[in-house]
Amino acid sequence: MIQNTLSKHTITALVQDKPGVLNRISSMFRRRGFNISSLAVGQSESENLSRMTFVVDGDDKVVEQVTKHLHKLIDVMKVVDISEENIISRELALIKVKAGADNRDQVMQIASMFRANIIDVSKEFLLVEATGDENKINSLINLLGDIGVSEVMRTGSVAMNRASNRNGKKSKQSKLLNRKWEEAASV
Amino acid sequence: MKLNGSQLICESLLLEGVESVFGLPGGAILPLYQTLPEYPDLKHILVRHEQGASHAADGFARVSGKPGVAWATSGPGATNLVTGIATAQMDSVPMVLITGQVPRAAIGSDAFQETDTTGITLPVTKHNYLVMDANEIPQIIKEAFHIASTGRPGPVLIDVPKDVQTEETEFDSATFKEEYQNIKINLPGYKPTLEGNIAQIKRAVKLIEDSEKPIILAGHGIIFSDAYQELKELAEKAQIPVITTLLGISSFPQTHVLSAGWPGMHGMAYSSLAIEQSDLLIALGMRFDDRITGKPSTFARKSKKIHVDIDPSEISKNIKVDVPIVGDVKHVLKELNPLINNKTHSKWLQEIESLKIDHPSLQIRNTEKLLPQYVVKSLDEVTKGDAIIVTGVGQHQMWAAQHYTYTEPKTFVTSGGSGAMGYEVPGAMGAQVARPDKTVWSIAGDGGFQMTMAELATLVENKIPVKFAILNNNFLGMVRQWQEFFFNKDYVATQYSKNPNFVKLAEAFGMLGIKVTEKKQVKPAIQKAMDYDGPALIDFIVEEEENVYPMIPAGQSVENLIEEPKPKKALSS
Repeated sequence: MIQNTLSKHTITALVQDKPGVLNRISSMFRRRGFNISSLAVGQSESENLSRMTFVVDGDDKVVEQVTKHLHKLIDVMKVVDISEENIISRELALIKVKAGADNRDQVMQIASMFRANIIDVSKEFLLVEATGDENKINSLINLLGDIGVSEVMRTGSVAMNRASNRNGKKSKQSKLLNRKWEEAASV
Repeated sequence: MKLNGSQLICESLLLEGVESVFGLPGGAILPLYQTLPEYPDLKHILVRHEQGASHAADGFARVSGKPGVAWATSGPGATNLVTGIATAQMDSVPMVLITGQVPRAAIGSDAFQETDTTGITLPVTKHNYLVMDANEIPQIIKEAFHIASTGRPGPVLIDVPKDVQTEETEFDSATFKEEYQNIKINLPGYKPTLEGNIAQIKRAVKLIEDSEKPIILAGHGIIFSDAYQELKELAEKAQIPVITTLLGISSFPQTHVLSAGWPGMHGMAYSSLAIEQSDLLIALGMRFDDRITGKPSTFARKSKKIHVDIDPSEISKNIKVDVPIVGDVKHVLKELNPLINNKTHSKWLQEIESLKIDHPSLQIRNTEKLLPQYVVKSLDEVTKGDAIIVTGVGQHQMWAAQHYTYTEPKTFVTSGGSGAMGYEVPGAMGAQVARPDKTVWSIAGDGGFQMTMAELATLVENKIPVKFAILNNNFLGMVRQWQEFFFNKDYVATQYSKNPNFVKLAEAFGMLGIKVTEKKQVKPAIQKAMDYDGPALIDFIVEEEENVYPMIPAGQSVENLIEEPKPKKALSS
């Protein structure tokens, strides 16, 4: 199981949503020998721009090079290493657990402790959906492993700075959102 | 008249100031070729191999300072360009390359001569484009020239499917010039930092003020940002000796009293030793290549380091620096120089002078044998140091760098980072096209020359009067030297026991060919080649097992410097 170590850094990048951009980025990582531990991509708040979250293995020097080389790509607009900041990091995991009538309860109990949902049930399997930071998902998979995990699908982390509204214009909605996240983060 | 894709390419190139294009046609780029007769101002030079086109565009760019342009067809045409593109990328040379591609509908179907050109060239270009709509051509070409020639320069490739070349667009020939000039470059992710951070510049000034033994390390960046005057001003004002990198040669006149050679694997011993003894390195537009640093942990241990570079990713990549300044070196020096007080470092300059006397790197043995170093020295004398020197890669390259005196910017053209043998023929072609008024000498190795000598036909056909000095030792000389030093003289696969008759070859191509086997023939032959109206070649049959000295073996430090064994007889310079 992957353990969270001090050498893990979380970097976000705002990139042009164009064909081949992911290739440019992954090619740069490969060529320079940088290790991506996880990568998540999705549309950002702006049209034609995607936001990526990288979790990168390496010491500070490596991560400094990663951010600089990312920034060097023409299609990359903004790169931030948010590891040192007060961030929230989440990933989604789907976990297929081998569980029949005799241990279904046990799975449901573990799932509820982790605020995870059971999203599908069959005679032999339960499908658990969980969100949380990497550590939480790791522990959940660990616990379920004792019962019997047959398949795991993880999205990789997406991360955001808590003080996301740096321009000072905090809307009611974002305050609300912040509070919600803080609650969620206390799990 | 509505313009089609091919016409847009030609019109846009002309508006970018392009005069010459190196290329070779093929199916997927044929529409573009068939448009050329409409644009007589766009001179096309038909090469014999696409590697020749990309190296020639590179040589053109290094000498003119403007982006070189080369194009080729899809598939093998594009892949043949790649060595030249990688060479330009490593040495930050501005280039725009255009490749034909199979028609849009056929992309991804493994069509005839289809290859993933943007995929293949992605790691060796600064940026690349696949054009899927002919109306985007002007915008893309404008961006390509902007990206290639600003910031840290580099090659940009544009892949154009065949049917995009023939597609009619909304642009009209009558209004195109104005429309092109009005195109706004829209690259929010590309904003090179030109001005250095003033606080950092002040920290650098403080270090320079406090330094007793400063050294300037000037790189290719000085040449590309045209910062010769600023470099000279800094050096003279604070009396700082200037060492250049291999690619920085010609950024500072070697005849200047503050010129202190170039360091590294085959650089002058006194330059490497001076770096070792310095207390401050002012690195300007260079990237601490391993050929300069040797073992990074032992490089310039006693010195503080100021690093000025336009590419932030070069800062502290190889060597940790104390004061990084991200910016264009010309801009930074313009800010920095006025803050520097006049200073003298006479003691330090004397120390360097005595290092030079104790470690004479550039003496040539007094012998009747024909030494390659002597050939280069003779070239220097006959041309009065006024030629543009282009080289291949290997021993001859090092001798050309060591024994010729470079005083004018952009007169030493060489594949440094990439180390591409074969650069000497097409690279010289590009250099000569950029400067028809200058004498261009290609100092070539017999190995590299044979890699690209097909371009001799291009030279003859286009009356490009490059002069070649082949330092022919019937060996892949530098590899042989490594075998001698590190593999017990076990010469595996480095001897060319049946080299062609280069003189006859030259004649077959329609050039002047001269063979030189003796010392006394050297200078008359050089003069004869220069007097000849057209390309010429001299085959210098030089000492086979001559070594390049000094040498710091790869990955080692200056303590491991190997100097030339002391000769028994008297020295001559």
